[in-house]
Amino acid sequence: MDWRDQGMLLSVRTHGETSAIIEVFTAQHGRHAGVVRGGVSRKIAPILQPGAQLDVAWRARLEDHIGAFTVEPLQSRTGVLSDRLALLGLNAVCALLHFVLPEREPHPALYVGSLALMDALAAGDDWVPRYLRWEMALLEELGFGLDLGRCAVTGGREDLAFVSPKTGRAVSREGAGEWAARLLPLPGVLMGQGGGSPSELADGLCTTGHFLEHRVAPALGNRPLPEARRRLVEALARAGRD
Amino acid sequence: MSQGTRDIEALIETMARLPGLGPRSARRAVLHLIKKRTALMAPLATIMAHVAASARECSRCGNIGTEEICAICANPARQTGEICVVEDVADLWAMERGQAFRGRYHVLGGTLSALDAVGPEELHIPRLLDRIADEGVTEVILALNATVDGQTTAHYIAEALEASGVQVTSLAQGVPIGGELDYLDDGTIQAALRARKRF
Repeated sequence: MDWRDQGMLLSVRTHGETSAIIEVFTAQHGRHAGVVRGGVSRKIAPILQPGAQLDVAWRARLEDHIGAFTVEPLQSRTGVLSDRLALLGLNAVCALLHFVLPEREPHPALYVGSLALMDALAAGDDWVPRYLRWEMALLEELGFGLDLGRCAVTGGREDLAFVSPKTGRAVSREGAGEWAARLLPLPGVLMGQGGGSPSELADGLCTTGHFLEHRVAPALGNRPLPEARRRLVEALARAGRD
Repeated sequence: MSQGTRDIEALIETMARLPGLGPRSARRAVLHLIKKRTALMAPLATIMAHVAASARECSRCGNIGTEEICAICANPARQTGEICVVEDVADLWAMERGQAFRGRYHVLGGTLSALDAVGPEELHIPRLLDRIADEGVTEVILALNATVDGQTTAHYIAEALEASGVQVTSLAQGVPIGGELDYLDDGTIQAALRARKRF
């Protein structure tokens, strides 16, 4: 069994004294693990940093074996190391993909979105709104997508301001009425309207975070969400206040 | 198998668990030790028993020594107001080999890791904050690995120290001594270019 693909590195663990077990997120093979012989060597270890874009060739005797990777670096994305927020963003993306994706199940659309986000993080572009939209795409891919087209109560498309924490559907101010305090915020940035102020982005992350925590995590065995996401959200909130 | 042979086999099995040794190399090492048992094996056994009984973590910096306070922390000449923060004791020893730093150290005992669920509580960060307050520290040098986990930890510590008013610096990143540009990865070249200095 063998294949060759490109992917972003999600995690690295040492395996024995000289090898590493890596997980890559590839376009055609999804999240896939494999052993890299000599993966902790001085030559290969610098290549195997989370977020790195790799050309990987996987080989195993049987399909269900973990198999071995040979890796070639395509892009390191180590530019984020000096940018605290971008580094937290990269950690959150890798940790969430590792957390939510089943092994060996391709998600090509999510892969393309993740790649674009990683490139934005590495370039230091305005990546926070992109990150937020990526979390929405992640929810969509996992079957917990938000339905923000029209109000769940009135059916109208105007003045949508909330999201129902139960259904993930948008609710207008008029439709919310006295229930507004119990609904999640729906900032314009979640509907693709503008880049979003820090408070709007924080509201958006609060909403996506709710569905990740209360819908996705329970479906994955009730494991807690990765700490990396919490650290990112807290750091963004602090940066927004400063 | 006689008792004597069993003991030697047990010694080989134990040695084979050491890093860098496998069953064959452990067998070679044990054979060598047995051949030199007076000159090598007996003193080695004595010193190993002594270190096993006395080795401990320095209560201040986390270095490994045989006293409550390690030799570096106990040396008044090293009270320069600088603390070098490293991930592991091996990194501390590497810095000492360089003989370039004359201050004191602080060993974190790991790095923050999203996937391994290592948070600030698992590291010796609170102890570092206490030392900064107690020891009149003016500069904290973050000598953490240039990896995603290492730099995530460095940023976390830098942020935790913001309120203390202490100067926080980090090791430079770039072209290593003897390094050739052609063999460097693009990330290192980017870091080196960003950290360029007047020549």
